[in-house]
Amino acid sequence: MTALGAAAPRRMPGGRALLGLSGLTGLLVLVELLPRAGIVSDRYLPPTSRILAALADEAATGAFWVAVGDTLTAWAIGLAIAVVAGVAVGVLIGAVPVLRAVTASTVEFLRPIPSVALIPLAVLLYGSDLGSTLLLVVYAAFWQVLVQVLYGVADVDPVADETARSFRFSALARIRHVLWPTALPYVFTGIRLAASVALVLAVTAELVIGAPGLGSVIAVAQTSNAIPTMYALIVVTGLLGVTINLAARYAERHVLAWHQSVRGEAPT
Amino acid sequence: MIKRLLLVLGLPVVLFLTWYAASANSENFYAPPLRQILAAFADTWTPDRLRADVLPSLARLGAGYLLAALIGIAAGVAIGAGPRLRAAAEPVLEFFRAVPPPVLVPVIMLFAGIGNGMKVIVIVSGCVWPILLNTVEGVRAVDGVLSDTSRAYGITGAARLRHLLLPAASPQIIAGLRQALSIAIILMVISEMFAASNGLGFAIVQFQRSFAIPEMWSGIILLGLLGFVLSELFRLAERSALAWYHGVRDAQRRS
Amino acid sequence: MLEVHGLRKVYRSGSREVEALRDLTFTVAAGELVCLVGPSGCGKTTLLRCIAGLLDPTGGTVTVGDKSGLAIVFQEYGRSLFPWMTVRDNVDLPLRQKKVPKARRRELVAEALTAVGLDGTESAYPWQLSGGMQQRVAIARAVAYEPSILLMDEPFAAVDAQTRADLEDLVRSLWQRLGMTILFVTHDIDEAVYLGQRVLMLSASPTVVQDELTVDLPAERDQLHTRADPRFAVLRTRVYAQIQAAKARTGTASGAAGELSSVDR
Repeated sequence: MTALGAAAPRRMPGGRALLGLSGLTGLLVLVELLPRAGIVSDRYLPPTSRILAALADEAATGAFWVAVGDTLTAWAIGLAIAVVAGVAVGVLIGAVPVLRAVTASTVEFLRPIPSVALIPLAVLLYGSDLGSTLLLVVYAAFWQVLVQVLYGVADVDPVADETARSFRFSALARIRHVLWPTALPYVFTGIRLAASVALVLAVTAELVIGAPGLGSVIAVAQTSNAIPTMYALIVVTGLLGVTINLAARYAERHVLAWHQSVRGEAPT
Repeated sequence: MIKRLLLVLGLPVVLFLTWYAASANSENFYAPPLRQILAAFADTWTPDRLRADVLPSLARLGAGYLLAALIGIAAGVAIGAGPRLRAAAEPVLEFFRAVPPPVLVPVIMLFAGIGNGMKVIVIVSGCVWPILLNTVEGVRAVDGVLSDTSRAYGITGAARLRHLLLPAASPQIIAGLRQALSIAIILMVISEMFAASNGLGFAIVQFQRSFAIPEMWSGIILLGLLGFVLSELFRLAERSALAWYHGVRDAQRRS
Repeated sequence: MLEVHGLRKVYRSGSREVEALRDLTFTVAAGELVCLVGPSGCGKTTLLRCIAGLLDPTGGTVTVGDKSGLAIVFQEYGRSLFPWMTVRDNVDLPLRQKKVPKARRRELVAEALTAVGLDGTESAYPWQLSGGMQQRVAIARAVAYEPSILLMDEPFAAVDAQTRADLEDLVRSLWQRLGMTILFVTHDIDEAVYLGQRVLMLSASPTVVQDELTVDLPAERDQLHTRADPRFAVLRTRVYAQIQAAKARTGTASGAAGELSSVDR
């Protein structure tokens, strides 16, 4: 039983979507009116219409799409590397309890190191190539995945694990039948978090280092004072981020739904 | 006790020694011997230098983080408490959260110039979203029975906020504060790399530009240490603030 | 002390309407212990919430005698206590809201905790206690509040049988000692007859008061002897028959319950 007020939106999903839409529309209208009414200088905040026009102009150029492609390429490659490495290391550490205890302090120390600390290093090693971006993306995304996999490993039902051992399951079999099913939802959470962190770092690397992609186009727009274009590109990065988030949640829900039903009862 | 110490320090010490040994005869310009880096560390980060560079960085970080927390929690409670407002605001907030925070630096530089204000605003603009969204979620998910009990006993208004909403949402809020801390550190460094005259990020970039590689590495290590220390402090604070929450979870897990 | 007159509650969800309560009229005099029983889904909880002011009725009136306030004890004891507060603070909080002076608050809290047998647990947290003890804390909180009427919504449904027996006796002893007015909702027919001075039987949804019965058992009751009393069996059978009739009358009692529970959520 929940307080009645909370029940209402859930009963009309259409109503929620409508409210959400009205919120977005409100924002667009606000950004249109504020500079036009002179409350904010239109040099700092161009009205929505001008931003959208700049967006249309950009979308008409090939260079824009190349930049989007560059950003997404760096994102995808970096994410893939980070996920594979994160899952591999996480499962390895998880399967051997001694490793878990020994590596705990190291993980806790390396994890909070801000990836931007590596920017100067990246510049020296790779200049403004894809390599720089990948260095940052992989570093940041790897920890997201690893931490989640370790949570998943910690969540394994000890009774299930002991049962498997008593049946003399090999380490590989234990991983496959006990560890992996429990860790899988966490892996997906890790991928989702890593996906958005990867985008942030990719764009950051491009912005600060000048590697190819949306970030560097934004930097150029700023230095050449093309303000509406700059805003338009920022909106694009936001849309990319939202799309990635939604796609990740969608994939998570559907793959795990299949997974749960195949497994039958969840151990938790 | 010894065993615990070994577990905690074992691997880090091994890695450190390996790095030291492996790089001892390094000729690589970009990867100098660890010995050199440590020497540079001691030479560079004198108390004066720390005061001149690290303190301003920390001050800006602190100001931005605190401001983001205040705004995020206040707005989060207001939005979270009203289902219609929440439904309307959610897509807008999710959009703003999805914009990579460093990308806003050029925009904010337009408004706020290149001084300390700009850096604090940059930090706030990036940090506030996880705090806000987590607060909204935490307030929304307050237990219905607890909420009804409060209402039945006449606990409304400010008392409801203080005794029900904030404590009930605190696990979520603190999770948001955790995410915001990482973002804050990143933005602190980035904003200094863009436009600054002091600060840790500024110093590291200066070293890199003048090819003072061991010094650059020492700065990176210092930044890493900073991140680690702040993270540990946060963990300690969280453990005491959420002692009740961990207790509840343990009790549930045991039953 | 409590007058319910023509109470009506209709839930609207989109275009559908569910009439949970049709026409409820009854009174509870000061110092009475009245039990409400009914088939599943008959809106007992809805009724209690309307009385407590947590839901607005669609029609009819609820009048509570004096203004000392209402206290309510829910079934889900784990979720009705504040987990971030100690037992003492949990019992204390409603009194602070009521602006009771500090010294008096301290007295009330101590008395209430002693009355429910929880001396010495003041500094514990609710989740450190067993289920039965947590429900005692909720009862202590209600008692300390000195309400004009105490509402109890199936408070012992989620507790094991032995603890339930202890808590039932606790409620009766508190009632006798403190002279409280209690409206006790339950689905357990035996419990209703054991505890109450009167038992009100509700029909299935849309709910009305179907029947009323005065429990003419002695005032001194205990689990062993009272339940073995032949008069107990007679009363119990009558209540049971009424409930069965109520379920049969609507036929789709479970259907209505399904609607109601999805609406309650």
